[in-house]
Amino acid sequence: MADAERMESAGDEAALRATPLPPGWDEAARLEEDPAVVPDPASVEVPADLRAEIEAHMAKYPDRHSAVLPALGAAQERHGWCSPEAIVQVAAVMQVTPAYLSSVATFYDMLRTEPVGDRYVYVCTSVACHTRNAKAVYDAICEEAREQGLEGVELREFECLGACDMAPMASVDGRYVGPLDVSDAQELVAAVKEDRHVLPGRGLEDSDYRLPWDRPDRPVHRPQGPPETPEGDAA
Amino acid sequence: MSGETRVLLATIDEPDLHTIEVYERLGGYGDRLRKALLQMSPEEVLKELENSGLRGRGGAGFDMGKKASFIPKGDMDKYLCCNADESEPGAFKDRLLMQKNPHLLIEGCIIGAIAAGANKGFIFIRGEYAHQADILDAAVAEAYDKGYLGERILDSAHSFDLVVHRGQGAYICGEEIALLDALEGKRGNPRLKPPFPANQGLYQGPTLINNVETLCCAPLIIEKGGEWFASMGVDKSTGTKIVSVSGNVERPGNYEVELGISCRDLIYGLAGGPPDGRDVKCFFPGGSSAPVLTKEHLDLPYTFEAMSEAGSMLGSGSVIVVDDSVSIVSLALRLAEFYRHESCGKCVPCREGTNWTVKMLERMDAGEATPMDIEVMSQVQTNIIGNCLCVLGDSMAMPVGSMIEHFRDEFEEHIEQARVRRGLEETAAYPSEAPLGAELAAAGESGPA
Ligand SMILES: Cc1cc2nc3c(=O)[nH]c(=O)nc-3n(C[C@H](O)[C@H](O)[C@H](O)COP(=O)(O)O)c2cc1C
Ligand code: SF4
Ligand code: FES
Repeated sequence: MADAERMESAGDEAALRATPLPPGWDEAARLEEDPAVVPDPASVEVPADLRAEIEAHMAKYPDRHSAVLPALGAAQERHGWCSPEAIVQVAAVMQVTPAYLSSVATFYDMLRTEPVGDRYVYVCTSVACHTRNAKAVYDAICEEAREQGLEGVELREFECLGACDMAPMASVDGRYVGPLDVSDAQELVAAVKEDRHVLPGRGLEDSDYRLPWDRPDRPVHRPQGPPETPEGDAA
Repeated sequence: MSGETRVLLATIDEPDLHTIEVYERLGGYGDRLRKALLQMSPEEVLKELENSGLRGRGGAGFDMGKKASFIPKGDMDKYLCCNADESEPGAFKDRLLMQKNPHLLIEGCIIGAIAAGANKGFIFIRGEYAHQADILDAAVAEAYDKGYLGERILDSAHSFDLVVHRGQGAYICGEEIALLDALEGKRGNPRLKPPFPANQGLYQGPTLINNVETLCCAPLIIEKGGEWFASMGVDKSTGTKIVSVSGNVERPGNYEVELGISCRDLIYGLAGGPPDGRDVKCFFPGGSSAPVLTKEHLDLPYTFEAMSEAGSMLGSGSVIVVDDSVSIVSLALRLAEFYRHESCGKCVPCREGTNWTVKMLERMDAGEATPMDIEVMSQVQTNIIGNCLCVLGDSMAMPVGSMIEHFRDEFEEHIEQARVRRGLEETAAYPSEAPLGAELAAAGESGPA
């Protein structure tokens, strides 16, 4: 097979793939660019507060590279995603190559390598939530988001968020809400869209949060050990 | 030994426990930390931890004191890392501890650092736990203010710095080598061991890595003695354990119990069992990485030993209960999708095996599989186990393998029903273009098999 022909059939195969290729895989490499260049700090403009935040992170570690994740997080917060601009800014402050930062950013779920919105709703549909109808909740939220025209929000299924006790649940910009029902979808989406407090009282961090079935007076044994324990009261 | 026994959670419902004032009032830091710093030698602290029989609460169940004793002596930078990545489906105990009782963890880190001779520590917390990380940040600042962290703590010879480090979402960063790499600002890829972190860990220095709950036990062991801790639980499963119970039960939640409680007491007694009219189909005794057990295993004692004798494991102590309303194929598929997503991609058996398992399960669900595929899928699992750099691959292969083993009939039935359904759908979708369906109908048959 001639090279051109082979390329063409490969192209067809790509078109037939059930799962789309990850971003960047079908773009030609920019061979004229040197990937290993550490940006000249003088040539990159970095917002002062972002620079200060990144430098504060670097100061906490024996090796400045340890600040890569917090720094990318900070840049993402400012830019909405790990955009090429955000990456170059971090690279300039940390004195590493942009390619190195991109390689890290693509590894982590919370770092966005595409502009999908600067707020997020992660709906957990992982194993424990799966047993409690999480997919239906996710579908209902998606449906509502379409109907209400929700924009600028990264809405996605997520793996276990460490809150299977409140399953099914979602994380709205880091605030965990649950247990959710299909009937909550409308209000959840509306609140996100109008930038209101989402499902008040049903967030894990709310001061009065309790699981609906939790009994505060449930019987527990608090064993005393030698010497006597200051907290051993209600045993 | 049938109800809750609260040691770690004894004070968890106290209002404002996360503030240093309340924590100190209830006996935190103070005398017991002075004892560890000023009255006991590091060897004695280590000895006390060893005597307690405390086993790691993060998954592997390795003896904590023993692991700390592997850290080489001598004058060099040594590190303590607290693993607060908690990303395995089913686990949510560390979240509770960090949100409500962050100072217990900080005190545990200090004691762990004394035992390991570490002078710098990190709490690696998953990025999704933003609220808990904020609470920890505030608590660490309070502890510095009061002189419990920093140079020469309480005028002792020990100095210890502690930093809260947030991840950015990757289950694999719970694996210890991947965690260290993430902490060094890299992609989280596991490596072959040895070298173990105890010899060559963070920044190439000796590093002690422990789970949040493991470290939280340490202050109590120092206060009340290793023997006291060992007097709870049974055999080599000493102490209490916070068990996260989730899935199809009436009262999902964290329950602290003495190890040795029966699985039935845990699932039915404490968590209320499946909803009315439903029955336990299977349960994961140690998070989604543990092979499933079935109804017959409900009367086993919840210990490291009994779970592993039954062919599973206690792992991180997370029980996911699955009742008979859940299809086993859909469960296996959702599980496999998790591991496919989280595989770091470094080893072929894990990267490809998780992907193929998902594809085969999708085929089964879509009515494109034959019972032969169960065999092939089973072989794929066997080929993953033991052939990877870390146990993430095994963590899919073992539970999926156990589902095939316990529920082969249901797999076969599912495949058959899906095939029939698919046949009927195709006949209905293309009535005029489906000569086969039409012919069959004419012949009085129910549709293509
Ligand atoms: C894929 C994978 C994920 C893991 N995730 C966690 C985790 O989230 N938290 C944790 O404490 N241990 C986790 N572990 C276990 C750690 O590698 C390590 O054994 C543990 O943190 C040691 O602490 P321990 O001895 O106190 O249990 C994971 C292991 C693997 C292979
Ligand atoms: S087993 Fe999977 S997750 Fe672990 S190192 Fe290999 S590819 Fe990565
Ligand atoms: S499975 Fe959804 S929070 Fe754990």
